[in-house]
This record gives sequence, C-alpha cells and structure tokens, in this order.
Amino acid sequence: MHRTEGLYGQFRTLEQQKESATLGMWIFLITEVMFFGGIMLTYTINRHTYFHAFAMGSNTLDLRLGGFNTVVLLASSFTMAMAVWSSQVGKKHLISVCLALTILLGFVFFGVKYIEYAQKFHHHLVPGRNFNIAYCVNNPGSCEDIKPEDLAVERDEIAEAVAADPDLNSHAQLYYSAYFGMTGLHALHMVIGAGLLFWLLKHSLAGQFTPQWNTPVDVVGLYWHFVDIVWIYLFPLLYLIDRHK
Amino acid sequence: MAQHEHTEHIVKPGTYMVIISSLLILTGLTVYAAYINLGKYNIVVALAIATLKATLVVLFFMHAKFSPRRTQLVIVAGIFWLALLLFMTLSDYVSRVDYRGVHSPFTQVTRPAIRQFS
Repeated sequence: MHRTEGLYGQFRTLEQQKESATLGMWIFLITEVMFFGGIMLTYTINRHTYFHAFAMGSNTLDLRLGGFNTVVLLASSFTMAMAVWSSQVGKKHLISVCLALTILLGFVFFGVKYIEYAQKFHHHLVPGRNFNIAYCVNNPGSCEDIKPEDLAVERDEIAEAVAADPDLNSHAQLYYSAYFGMTGLHALHMVIGAGLLFWLLKHSLAGQFTPQWNTPVDVVGLYWHFVDIVWIYLFPLLYLIDRHK
Repeated sequence: MAQHEHTEHIVKPGTYMVIISSLLILTGLTVYAAYINLGKYNIVVALAIATLKATLVVLFFMHAKFSPRRTQLVIVAGIFWLALLLFMTLSDYVSRVDYRGVHSPFTQVTRPAIRQFS
C-alpha cells in the first residue's frame, strides 16, 4: 500500500485519516451499546418482575466498595483524557505519565473488584447450589465484615421480602446472575482496555505519538471512556436499587 | 509528507477538570438521592443523573461536541437504535397476556418456596 510517513494512500490528509479512524471506532462502540443494551433490557424485565428479590440483593452489596470504584474509574477517564490532550499538544513525557496513571487506576479497580467478588463467595451469594440470601443473617459469625446493626436491618428486610415473595432465594439468584454477568463483562472490557493501554505505553515511551499522528491514543481513549459510561449506568442499577430504608 | 491544515479542536485541561469535578459531584448526588424515599421515582432520578453523566463523558471526554457532523449523526443514530430496542421489547412485555389470562411476566409469580433457608 502506498504510504507517505503516517499517511496512507487512500486518504488526502492526516486529518481526514484520523476522522475516518474515530468514525470507525464510534461504529464499533455503537455495536457495544447494543450488546450491553440487550443485557440491561433483561435486567430491567427481571427487576420489574422480581422487585423484592432485586432490592434485597442490591442491599447486600457493599456500597462503600462500589462507590470507591466509581470514583477510581471516573478518575481514570480523566487521566485518559489528559493523555489524549498531551499527545495533541506534543508533550511526549506527559503522555506516558498519564497512560501509566490510567493503567494504575484500572488495576486499583480490579483489586477492589477482587475484594468484592471474594466477599460474595464467602457470603454464599454466588448463584448455584449453596446460594443463600439469608446466610449472613443466620450465620453472623461467618460474616464478620458486616456490622451487627447492618445485619439486624438485613434480617428485617429479608423477613419483609419473603412475606411478599416466598420464592425469594431463587429470584435473588437472578439478581446475582445479573450482578456477576454485568460486572464480569464490564471487567472483561477493562482487561482488554488495560492491554491496549500497555500497548500504547510501549509506543509512547518510544516517542511515537506526535501532534500530527496520535490516532491510537485517541481511539483507545474512546474505548476507555465507553467502558466508563457502562459503569456509570451499572453503579446505580446494581448498588442503589432500594437503599432508602 | 502531504500538506494539511491542522484544524483539530483541542479540548483544554481546564475543561476536563470541570467535567471530572461535575462527574464526581453527580456521583455523590446519585448516592444521596438513593437514600431519599421517592417511591417509584427513585429509578427515574438515578437514570436521569446517570444519563447526564454519560452525556458529559460523550460530549467532552470523547470530543463528540467537537466532532464532524457525520460522527455526531452516527452517535445519535446508535442511541436511537438502542431506544427502539428498549421501547419495542418493553411495550411487548407490558401488553402480553399469557395462556392463563394473566399479564406475564410483569406479575409477581407466587409459587411455593423451592428451597427453605438453612
């Protein structure tokens, strides 16, 4: 293929080339919107049908961990945006710093996610044979990371929810399936994003991104911000269903 | 190298600072709103705040505000397509009546408990 430095033969200018690349990325992101949209639609129908179970499931999540992760992810979007700006104005050293910070914040997110998932396994909240939405209430000694007063609130909530929905334990598994499915797919997207960021970091350390040619930084930035938007919706949908008790 | 005029719009760090501050404030606001009992409007408020946050990210972090019209059209078309998916599927679910003559599945199913709590 005919190529003059960074410009491929089918394009007239670098600007046109970059616009085509970002347009292509947006079309890919639209397919991702449809992918997550279908899952959120499933969530909506189940949440509406089994509201008591979804509300109960949501209240067994740790809001502090979820809130902290939201802040971490928003901050990583900011550092990613700063990486794009650094590449546009030609601050070569700052690009690498911003990319490294974005990766670091991504890994903080993974760490918190690990703590959360491990907690759900310990609390018998993973769908399957041993799922028991009332495990911590009935075995407070095994759930020392929950305060006694919170367990008392949870006991009342479970009693109330079982009165409204006798099959609460089955329906709460639908909530936790949605929780693991949605946060798991989101985390998978972040793993891919982290891989792309390492690849960008390698090239930025070699000084390859300039104000004339920084398309990869821009395009990976679009992807990273999209993953952030998915979390912006997941946070209220999963953690904040029924907190006002 | 081909000549080109550099007309790309560069969003300034100051703008990014304003956006990230707004996003963090809105996150606090959505948690605060979740603790107030608004009945069925809790979800409306939560989704409104989430959509506002997503809009800020798309317009400024993703530069949609400064993108060519063609790119903006693709974004709007994508959101419209998502709206079609949600609206048409949900309108089917709320209006469908099953073989017993009851609305399904937007009805609380009350079957005997399959498994008692241990």
